[in-house]
Parts: sequence; structure tokens; C-alpha cells
Amino acid sequence: MRLLHRQKGAIPYMLLAPGMAWLLVFFVVPMWYLAKMSLSSGLFPLFNFGWAWGNFHDAISLYKPQFVRSGQYAAIATAIALVVSYPLAYWIAFRGGRWKNLFLLLVIAPFFVTYLIRTLAWQTILSDNGVIVKTLQHVGILGSDGRLLATSAAVIAGITYNFLPFMVLPLYVSLEQVDQRLIEAAEDLYASKPRAFMRVTLPLSLPGVFAGVLLTFIPAAGDFINAQLLGTPRQYMIGNVIQSEFLAVRDYPTAAALSFVLMAAILVLVLVFARILGTERLTVSHV
Amino acid sequence: MTVHDVRLENVTKQFAEVTAVDDMSLDVESGKFYAFLGPSGCGKTTTLRMIGGFEEPTEGTIYLGDRTVTGLPPYKRDVNTVFQSYALFPHLTVFENVAFGLRRRGVKKQLLRGQVDEMLRIVGLEGYGGRRPKQLSGGQQQRVALARALVNRPRVLLLDEPLGALDLKLRKEMQLELKRIQHEMGFTFIHVTHDQEEAMTMADRIVVMNRGRIEQLGDPAELYERPRTAFVASFLGVSNLLPGVVAGPELVRLESGQELRVAAGVLNGHTGAVSVGIRPEKVRIGGDGANRLAGQIVERAYVGVSTQYVVKTDVGQVSVYVQGAGAHVPGEQLQLSFDPESAFVVSRSEEDRP
Repeated sequence: MRLLHRQKGAIPYMLLAPGMAWLLVFFVVPMWYLAKMSLSSGLFPLFNFGWAWGNFHDAISLYKPQFVRSGQYAAIATAIALVVSYPLAYWIAFRGGRWKNLFLLLVIAPFFVTYLIRTLAWQTILSDNGVIVKTLQHVGILGSDGRLLATSAAVIAGITYNFLPFMVLPLYVSLEQVDQRLIEAAEDLYASKPRAFMRVTLPLSLPGVFAGVLLTFIPAAGDFINAQLLGTPRQYMIGNVIQSEFLAVRDYPTAAALSFVLMAAILVLVLVFARILGTERLTVSHV
Repeated sequence: MTVHDVRLENVTKQFAEVTAVDDMSLDVESGKFYAFLGPSGCGKTTTLRMIGGFEEPTEGTIYLGDRTVTGLPPYKRDVNTVFQSYALFPHLTVFENVAFGLRRRGVKKQLLRGQVDEMLRIVGLEGYGGRRPKQLSGGQQQRVALARALVNRPRVLLLDEPLGALDLKLRKEMQLELKRIQHEMGFTFIHVTHDQEEAMTMADRIVVMNRGRIEQLGDPAELYERPRTAFVASFLGVSNLLPGVVAGPELVRLESGQELRVAAGVLNGHTGAVSVGIRPEKVRIGGDGANRLAGQIVERAYVGVSTQYVVKTDVGQVSVYVQGAGAHVPGEQLQLSFDPESAFVVSRSEEDRP
């Protein structure tokens, strides 16, 4: 009896163990290694730990433009994704009817193709001889030698496209949970349809907005594929710098310090964002 | 002259193949408590939703006061609804829930605070303004829903089976409470329910509905004492219906050949096949009623306030309720009687409708 009791007490820990082990091996250990590396000095392959705080100073002062650009591109892409996704998610949730699942499948369909291939496809779509560029040149929006590829617009478009499903899905989930009877109640209480949306639907979907913005902004800020394939070094983001520091320059300490600065910057932004949206609102579930 | 708050004129609502409301006309008198009573699918909720503006009639016209509101959205109608599920806004406090309608109509801040507090006091939720709906019990949420609708002082308050989710004791309390509030405020209430006891307890006027039509409209006593159709007779309480044919101005001949007397005027407009209805509590064992039936007790159930017998007669089984603990036992042969004045008559073609 007592044995059984003791075993029961151990079961939650046993269930936790695989996940904890995974985190320890693949998150804590690499982070520890990376932290140590960010404070080391020396040349590849010999780096010595020595509280080299100068790495952080160098990282920030040398690559400030890329940091700022990463934040800007990610913010613009997130904003566009939100504006595009909200009506889409709203429409699927409220008007999708029995085709809901099909529409959701269409939203995630691009995931069946590798990220890299999808971005390469965008290279073709935006290429100088492509239909889009030719059309835009024809109607005069682009000059005769104007191009889309290798511009900021191309990189932002690529990021928006690649992370759009991460915005649509949480928005859909939170909108789907909004009780239609609440909207009827709002209309019963003299709110026109737009007002009912502003006062009821929108506030109740904020948890989805919050989740979608984080899920889009965080990977977008660290992305390097879009800038590399659709841009030039003039569009490079901090991800490109970290990638080349690690793989080309092999200056591991600088790369590690850059990674930590990026992480810290994102963490601060997330906390500020959570404050603005209000955590209390986000914990209110819809019953 | 009576004032009408709601008027339905030949209103029909068609959903694809189904006719939910079938050519219904009704005048709702101002300041009265109405109950729409009927089984599920009888069209009572659809009618309520059409008055509220959530459904548009396929045909016919709806008036609020003198104004045609057919085609107007809910937010342009001077009615408010207490929803079955309460539909309280989970992201707003109790105060903000109640203030919602006032704010949409641009009521000044100073006035608004007083009106909301006053309404919370009326429904017994003083001091609960800062809570969230989720922090309240079912009964309290119900009161918030009521306050949220009433604070707007609508011409008509619509209640869509709002007591359905409450337990029996709370339900009884809320029934009396709603009646009190209706008296206090003097608005017209239209309450939808499938519970005949609830309708009888609360309403001044009951509209009995069946398959999209009004079966009968009247005050509770009228409907109970003089149901006009077999449906009303069996939906409101229990009735014994004895089939027969009209045999004279105050006489019905049963299938057994026996004749029963009914009160003068009850047979007006009836010919041919009818049923004589009699409530179980109006039938006496023995007694000197003018109408007599002989039979044998087949079942006996003691339920505290009364003893319920089922008696087999040659015109069918008859339920009899006797006050207190009855002394008769199954198998016993006995004589039943009832007064002609207690009996009512319904047409049998009505009863035979599927």
C-alpha cells in the first residue's frame, strides 16, 4: 500500500523526465556552452574563457545597423502578416462553415514544401524577368530598370509569406472560440456590427493576436534565409551576421555574443509587448 | 383603451423546408407578463428572436408600439433580451456588462454610474460590480444578465428560457423574483418557456404554441379551466379526455352509450366528434356529481399532498387525485362522479392531428 503510494508520487516526475532531459541536453548545455564562448577570446579552433565582456561591446557597436534592420523588417513583416491574417482567420472562423478544415489545410499547405525551396520559389517570382516585375514596369509603378529582387521589399515580403501561417493559426483558434451569442448580445444592447466587433470580438481575440505576433516576430527577427536569397548584403539582418561569423569567419565568441544580444533584445520587446496588451486580459478565457 | 407594445401581423418564418412560425398574429398588451409556452420546436423561441431582430420573418409585419420594426437590426429596436446562456461578456466586469447598453447609447458618465448601481441593487447584486462573470454563481450570472437588459428600460423585455440552467430551488426563487421585478418596473415581459408550471407561476397571459401556431391565449386560470384544444388540455397539467359525440345542447354521448352533462355554452360551436375533458382533481370517488362512471382501481400512488388513482372504466382509464392518503386499494370496484361545471370540451379532429 505504502509502496503504491510512493510510486504514485513519483509518476509525475517520471512523466516529466524525458522532456526535462531533452531540455537539459539540447537547451541548457548548448546555452551554457554558448555563454562561455561569448566571454572567450582567441582564434579558431582555440578559444580561452576569460570574462571577455569586450565581445559584447564589439558585437553591438559593429553590427548595430543589422540589429536595427532585423527589428524593422521583423516588425513590418509582423504588422503586414497581422493585417492580412486577421480578416482571413475571421472569415474562416465565422464564414468557413463546413469547409473550415479545408481552408486551414490550405493555410498550412506551404509547410509541405521546405522553407528553403519556398524562398527559392520567391526568387523566381520576383526575378527581373518575371511576370510581376514586367507587369509593374509596364504600368509604370517600377521604372524600366526597376527591380524587386535584392530590395528591402523583397526580403520583407519573403518573411511575411514564410511566417504567415504562424499568425493565421493562433488568430483562428482565438476567433473560433468567440461565442456568437455574445455578438448577438452586443447587438441587442445597441451596438452596431462594427461596434460589436470593436467591443466584443476584438478584445476576445487579443490572446490570439498576442500569440500570433510573438510566433511571427521572434523567428522573423532571427531569420537569415530571406535576406540571403531575396536580398543583398545591404539587406542583411543580424541572422546573416551570426551565420557568417559562425560558419565563414569562425569567430565563435563574437557570434555567441551576437546571439545573446539578439535573445536579450527579443526578450525585452516581448515583455514590453505583454505589458502593453495587459496580461490580465490574456488570461481571461472565454466561457 | 389597451396599449399594445408588440403586434405580430400574419408573421411566418420559414427555415429551408421547415415552417417554424406559421401565420401568427398576436397583440401583446403593455405592462403585462407574457409567457410563450410550448414544446421544443413549437416556434416560441423563433418568435422571440423575430421580435428581438435576430431573425427576419419570411412574411408578415412586426410592430413595436406604432412603429414597424420588420427589417430593423437588433440595435435599432427598443427591446432587450435575457439570453438562455446569459451571454455575459467574459472580458468585462459586472459593472461594465450592465453599463454596455447605456454606453452605446451615450448616457453621461455621472448618470450611468447611478443607473448601473441602482439596477445592481434591484437584482440583489450590490457590491458585485468589480467582479468578472466567471467569479459568479449561475444564479448571480442570471441576475447580471437581467440587470444588463433592464437597465436600458426597454419597451419590451424578452426572456429566452433564462431559468433553464438553474437548479429547482433557485428556479422557484427566480420565478418569484422576476415577477416582483416586473411589477416594480412595469415593463412588458415576454418569457419563453417549455415549463407549464413556470408559465403558470409567472405570467399574466400565456400564449400556448404548437407547431408554429397559437393554440390558445389566455390567463393561467382560463387555460387550465377551459382549454380549447386537446393539446392545451394535456400540455397544461393532466386531463382525462373521454371521446364521444355531441348529443344535445348540454349533452355528450360517450362511446359506451352513456351520456355526460356539461355546463351551458361549453358545447358552443362544437358538433360531431368531441372529447369531454375533466381534471383528475375534479373527479370524486363516490360523491353526488351529476356525471357518474363505474370502474375498478388498477393503480394507486401516494405522493404526499394527494393520492393518485388510475381507474379502469368502460370508456377508458381515468386518473383521479384525492387529497391526502386515500383508503381505496387496487382491485376495488367503485363509482366516480364529477360536476358538469368542472368539465370542458375539446374537438376531436383537433385531438387526432398528428
